[in-house]
Amino acid sequence: MASFIIRRLGQALVVLLVMSMLVFAGVFVIGNPVDVLISPDATQEIRRQVIAQYGLDLPLWDQYLHFLRRLLSGDLGTSFVFNMQVGTLIAQKLPATLELTLIAVLFASAVGVPLGIYAGYRPDSIAARVIMAVSVLGFSVPTFWIGLMLIMVFAVQLGILPAGGRGETRTLFGVPFSFLTADGWAHLILPALNLSLFKMSMMCRLAASGTREVMLTDTIKFARAAGISEATILRRHVLKLISIPLVTVFGLELGSTLAFALVTETIFSWPGLGKLIVDSITSLDRPVMVAYLMLVSALFVVINLCVDLAYVVLDPRLRHGRR
Amino acid sequence: MSEARPLQSVSPLAAFWRDFRRNRVAVVALAVVVAIILLAVFAPFVVPQDPYDLKSLVLRDARRPPGYVGRDGMLHLLGTDSQGRDLLSAIVYGLRISLEMGLMAGAIAFAIGAVVGCSAAYLGGRIEALIMRIVDVQLSFPAILLAFVVAAILGQGKGQLILALVFAQYAYFVRTAHGAAAAERQKDYVQAALSVPMGGWFVITRHILPNSLPPLIVVATVQVASAISLEATLSFLGVGLPATEPSLGMLIANGFQYLMSGRYWIAIYPGVALIVLIMAINLTGDQIRDQLNPRLRK
Repeated sequence: MASFIIRRLGQALVVLLVMSMLVFAGVFVIGNPVDVLISPDATQEIRRQVIAQYGLDLPLWDQYLHFLRRLLSGDLGTSFVFNMQVGTLIAQKLPATLELTLIAVLFASAVGVPLGIYAGYRPDSIAARVIMAVSVLGFSVPTFWIGLMLIMVFAVQLGILPAGGRGETRTLFGVPFSFLTADGWAHLILPALNLSLFKMSMMCRLAASGTREVMLTDTIKFARAAGISEATILRRHVLKLISIPLVTVFGLELGSTLAFALVTETIFSWPGLGKLIVDSITSLDRPVMVAYLMLVSALFVVINLCVDLAYVVLDPRLRHGRR
Repeated sequence: MSEARPLQSVSPLAAFWRDFRRNRVAVVALAVVVAIILLAVFAPFVVPQDPYDLKSLVLRDARRPPGYVGRDGMLHLLGTDSQGRDLLSAIVYGLRISLEMGLMAGAIAFAIGAVVGCSAAYLGGRIEALIMRIVDVQLSFPAILLAFVVAAILGQGKGQLILALVFAQYAYFVRTAHGAAAAERQKDYVQAALSVPMGGWFVITRHILPNSLPPLIVVATVQVASAISLEATLSFLGVGLPATEPSLGMLIANGFQYLMSGRYWIAIYPGVALIVLIMAINLTGDQIRDQLNPRLRK
């Protein structure tokens, strides 16, 4: 167990290092930030000064080493556009995204999994067919399109919910959150719903196909033969057997929801990380992009680590050291 | 379906079609996919107006609702967009671009995935471990993020976008091909072929690859649909195709600004077309997956 954790931690570090190189190299290709920073009619002298100030005159590997050193000391650099510490900038935007993402994923699991189990348990019932059909819809329809529909119906036609922004926030532990006020919820509900529909369909379909397969196995036949009630079978056996793919998806989707927040935040003008990165790519704000990508990579590495550990807990075959 | 096998053997394809026909939803979906492909291929002959022939555009006809009859007597069944384009024609042309992107990206990713996945399974050892580790790491990042970053780095353009889509999707194919091929690699007939000995490339192309195709085909349907959706999303975010290649995503993005003022049709109808396309592909893929899943054949 301990050696497994240590090995996975080592792998995670290697992945992060490789990611930092890729991200740095990739972002370097996007464009010359000097053009953004310096007005075209600046003198050569000013140009040189600014370039030297941001370290853009050093060779690439030197810039990378500097970048890595600063990264390790927790200094993510200064945003070219906002002229403030990238760490501070991200810390400002992060709560909004986390709030949106968490609510969306929780909502998706709480609604999607029970629906999916039912659809897999009685695959021929009308309700199951409706659930599966709607889930195909949720799976197929692009997130941005659902966002537009939600805005059109609830904000434009019905006029009952706001189309963008975070609304009134209340501070908790020094961080502003929307979910603590009624107005905040009104602003939160459409983007959260938008973000969760895809995950909900995914959870639902996964739970349905898992349940369908599990119901055909001998485990269930024996459980029924033993006279265990159907409700207990579903809760004790089916849920447990389908939980492994569900946990994977829950973990991975938590991360991918962060990525999809990119789209939802853009549509609903939700002032979070996703909107920040879309804006920083258009304005070639290199430090922000690098920091965002590194943060997301780190997040994914951590999530994957947690998913692997959850496997060990859930799957006795792994626990007893088959790997 | 474990019916008694008829004496006269049916070709696998015919048997597949016989099972496929039983699901009416899937048949309709397949028909829709075929119809859309035909519509896209023959777009110039089907639509009432060439939406990118600037001479035929009348600015006074811009942003008219569905059913509007233009100044030249032309009926705009789905209305017109912000430049006076017939929306129906623009959508058919948009479908064409979206399909092209999705199919191209899907085909390239399929090819890369099949070759890399099968080779990795065949070669085994360190190379296999390395390739699969890279793929696993890549798969742990959401496709939308990868595609978004690559598209942003490469800039706008058809080739760039396809590259971004392939980069975001090839790993799914590699993993699937590897899984199927690794299972085949263990089987006796492959071992026998290798002990004869037959060349490695021959064994891969003649034995391992054909037997790994079913799961790859399932992944391909899903991935083409998601490539189309990704393309639309990227174009909507402004990092996809340039304005000269108006895919469905861009039509929707253009309509977004008019949504607030109640001119819903500019954004809605291209979206409906997009959804019909993606859903039809997914439903067809679902049926194929169920038919190829041995665990459901009981």
